[in-house]
Amino acid sequence: MFGKLTLDAVPWHEPIIMGTGAVVALGGLALLAAITLAGKWGYLWREWITSVDHKRIGVMYIILAVVMLLRGFADAIMMRVQQALAYGDAAGYLPPHHYDQIFTAHGVIMIFFVATPLILGLMNVVVPLQIGARDVAYPFVNSLSFWLSVVGAVLVMVSMFVGDFAATGWVAYPPLSELGYSPTVGMDYYIWSLQLSGLGTTLSGINFIVTILRMRAPGMDMMKMPVFVWTAFITNILIVAVFPVLTGTLALLTMDRYFDMHFFTNELGGNAMMYINLIWVWGHPEVYILILPAFGAYSEIIATFSGKPLFGYKSMVYATSSIGILSFFVWLHHFFTMGSGANVNAFFGIMTTVISIPTGVKLFNWLFTMYRGRIRYHSATLWTIGFMVTFAVGGMTGVLLAVPGADFVLHNSLFLVAHFHNVIIGGVVFGCLAGVSFWFPKVFGFTLNEFWGKVSFWCWLIGYWLAFTPLYILGFEGMTRRMNHYEVAEWHPWLVVALVGALFVGMGILAFIVQIVVSLRDREANRDVTGDPWDGRSLEWSTSSPAPFYNFAVLPEITSMEQHWDNKEAGRAYVQPRKYEDIHMPRNTGAGFIIAAFSLLFGFAIVWHMWVFAAVGLAGMIVTFIVRSYDQDVDYWVPAAEVERIENARFRQLGIKRFEQPEQIEEMA
Amino acid sequence: MALLAPKGDIGVQEKNLILISLGLMLLVVIPVILLTLWFAWRYRASNTNATYAPRWSHSTVIEVVVWSIPCVIVLTLAVLIWRTTHTLDPYRPIESQTKPVRVDVVALNWKWLFIYPDYGVASVNQLAIPVDTPVEFNLTAESLMNSFFIPQLGSQVYAMPAMQTKLHLIANEPGVYAGRSAAFSGPGFSDMHFETLAKSRADFDAWIAQAKASPTMLSRAAYERLAQPGEKTPVTLYSNVAPGLFDGVVGKYMRDVHGNPICGTVPSASAPALTLNRSAILAAE
Repeated sequence: MFGKLTLDAVPWHEPIIMGTGAVVALGGLALLAAITLAGKWGYLWREWITSVDHKRIGVMYIILAVVMLLRGFADAIMMRVQQALAYGDAAGYLPPHHYDQIFTAHGVIMIFFVATPLILGLMNVVVPLQIGARDVAYPFVNSLSFWLSVVGAVLVMVSMFVGDFAATGWVAYPPLSELGYSPTVGMDYYIWSLQLSGLGTTLSGINFIVTILRMRAPGMDMMKMPVFVWTAFITNILIVAVFPVLTGTLALLTMDRYFDMHFFTNELGGNAMMYINLIWVWGHPEVYILILPAFGAYSEIIATFSGKPLFGYKSMVYATSSIGILSFFVWLHHFFTMGSGANVNAFFGIMTTVISIPTGVKLFNWLFTMYRGRIRYHSATLWTIGFMVTFAVGGMTGVLLAVPGADFVLHNSLFLVAHFHNVIIGGVVFGCLAGVSFWFPKVFGFTLNEFWGKVSFWCWLIGYWLAFTPLYILGFEGMTRRMNHYEVAEWHPWLVVALVGALFVGMGILAFIVQIVVSLRDREANRDVTGDPWDGRSLEWSTSSPAPFYNFAVLPEITSMEQHWDNKEAGRAYVQPRKYEDIHMPRNTGAGFIIAAFSLLFGFAIVWHMWVFAAVGLAGMIVTFIVRSYDQDVDYWVPAAEVERIENARFRQLGIKRFEQPEQIEEMA
Repeated sequence: MALLAPKGDIGVQEKNLILISLGLMLLVVIPVILLTLWFAWRYRASNTNATYAPRWSHSTVIEVVVWSIPCVIVLTLAVLIWRTTHTLDPYRPIESQTKPVRVDVVALNWKWLFIYPDYGVASVNQLAIPVDTPVEFNLTAESLMNSFFIPQLGSQVYAMPAMQTKLHLIANEPGVYAGRSAAFSGPGFSDMHFETLAKSRADFDAWIAQAKASPTMLSRAAYERLAQPGEKTPVTLYSNVAPGLFDGVVGKYMRDVHGNPICGTVPSASAPALTLNRSAILAAE
């Protein structure tokens, strides 16, 4: 009945884990008690858990990412402390079995449950607003996608307290990840958490491609889409193209582990190199999936705060698209040292350097967007400029790693670790934090506290450079990655500096949380009454802040690339329409949450070989989905009178009375 | 720094390649960073003296320049990559008047076994090589993938089970160079390092003689014992190596049409689960 699960699965004898468990349990209980005391369960269920509103789903994605960032960062600090202690004869405080799980969990969490939800959250919030749509194409699927991501994250968190997590490194190369060498459930937690959240990501990809292709406001042809939408479009194409590869690869590994097959073990002719190729066929496009929307966010921010249109819009579009295509031809650069021939290595090396052309063009375009601008130093601007400087270095070290002859000595070293943190922190994380501070008022109706935002930026920037410059140097010292302890005393000072850097990043995260709390406290003072706090350029700034649940009372007609800006210039930005129509909206549904809850049961049960529970979970998922499919009551109409009431309130807030509007004045004249 | 103080020709070439590539890229990266900071300062909102061109967003000249600069750099890099990837191909023998020394490397959990087929000796966690002599490594692994890496000599190459990879290195200065596994391979990975003793020819011959005088021999049974997982295994020299041992490790999963092993050792006991499964499958047949 309970498969491999016994009470011994809980690591009672590990004080660090049990302490963390106690804190998590107490914190969780306190949260549940607070919700109960405040009587908010009904509100949470109606307004958030069952919500299909893309803005709320986006917010929940970002909350998920921030929570998981705390866990992933705790892992990072533990690793940095271990390496700062464990030199010479010292063993540090983390034995290999624990340490190996920590660096695996750190990688998995940061990529799948921090960076990915941040990107998906931003796309959810911004894409429908920027294309003048009222929601995504499949609102229920969107809710399902989100809750599946949560289930993946929950499984990873549960693994800490019940059983263990994979101790293989975040891409889990076989044969180490096979049953013979990873016999515990850790690897199974890895597989099923990625399978479930990966399913959610794939569904999101389909959802956004259809949304962008089919739901743009009338007149918005592809070359009038904001650059963020373009980057989201390419990213979602990449998601749909490569996440099934991840699913397939993990399915093969699952068959090895559950059904004694040998796809990736040497018995019966299997081969681990197949896994390594397949995982990177997914893995390399994955980094572009993460970075492209961040590029999009920077493009929007730098144009807005420079008070100019983005320089070279077409270049940007072509660069983004070509990065999307080229990202499929570079995967082998993750294993130049596996013994491929010189022709093969040289081909993939050159293809990788070719990607730096469109990426370099993007940097130049942001540069020339600032040129002859009037740059306002909002914290989003700081993130963008910090990114441009940091990313230029990260791009360079990436190209260096793409030179096979250089990679032969830099591969698997801390130089590599420094490189990908350089581009992921300096690119993805900076971009998402910039995006959060930029679009926050559109969702919540008030701006974020600037002081704490800037404190957060400087801590992150200084912290990044302090933490990872030493790792670049240690790569040149010949220090390889994933070491639990080391005998070379000269490495030690650099690792202490890296720890200090990580602490600075920690202060950056803390400052971000303080920023949110302070901003919530001061929300009345920082209300965004206009809906356009930054003098924005694209459609999302034309509606109110917070955007009404239907986004746009009247779907906008698109005549130019920067519709809102041009409307403002022409004086037609804040004209209230004379007549409103009924608005067709999707109804909230608990189906996504219920399917995800069953999938959690399924995932947990199959990890522990609890076949009965797994069958119940799987059946529950399928039955709920079928029941939902037959549900005819999935939408409703907002009456025009209700829309008018909401919009009248908005125009009163703007200080525009109906009879003062230009066209009405003309009529009167 | 290890990579900037290479002690062999391959390492020297790789250091130069790194510096040339970095130099080429810094030609663009430094101006971009400086321009970013300069534009950010110059066009700050409070500086009303600076030109403001609120509608300007296109310039064909600038577009051509910004596409051309990275193209030129990448073109140069592409030529460099094509050439150096071939000259530095780990499989390519090093040109030299001196006859190369052959070393068969087996990555074990978690120790390194070095077999010298020309001398019939072997060692664990200590690699002795003569200076100014090309060394031809044949690499494989008993069960888990590792990466064989001596940073000061140059390239690393993966050692993988049931497969054989090759690596050619040379040491041009006598000395002791740290070697390690660069690819994570489980709990004992951090201690999976070895000393590389680059010796004069006479000292190397003396080392071989010392190994030949060792009372320990590397029979198949001794290999099976060595293949058991272990950490911090002390340096051991073996005077005699069972013939065909390395090929046996590489080919141990090869089967004839009846599923019988066609070469190599008995299946290792280090992966009991897999061994049992295969026996079960064979029994079922």
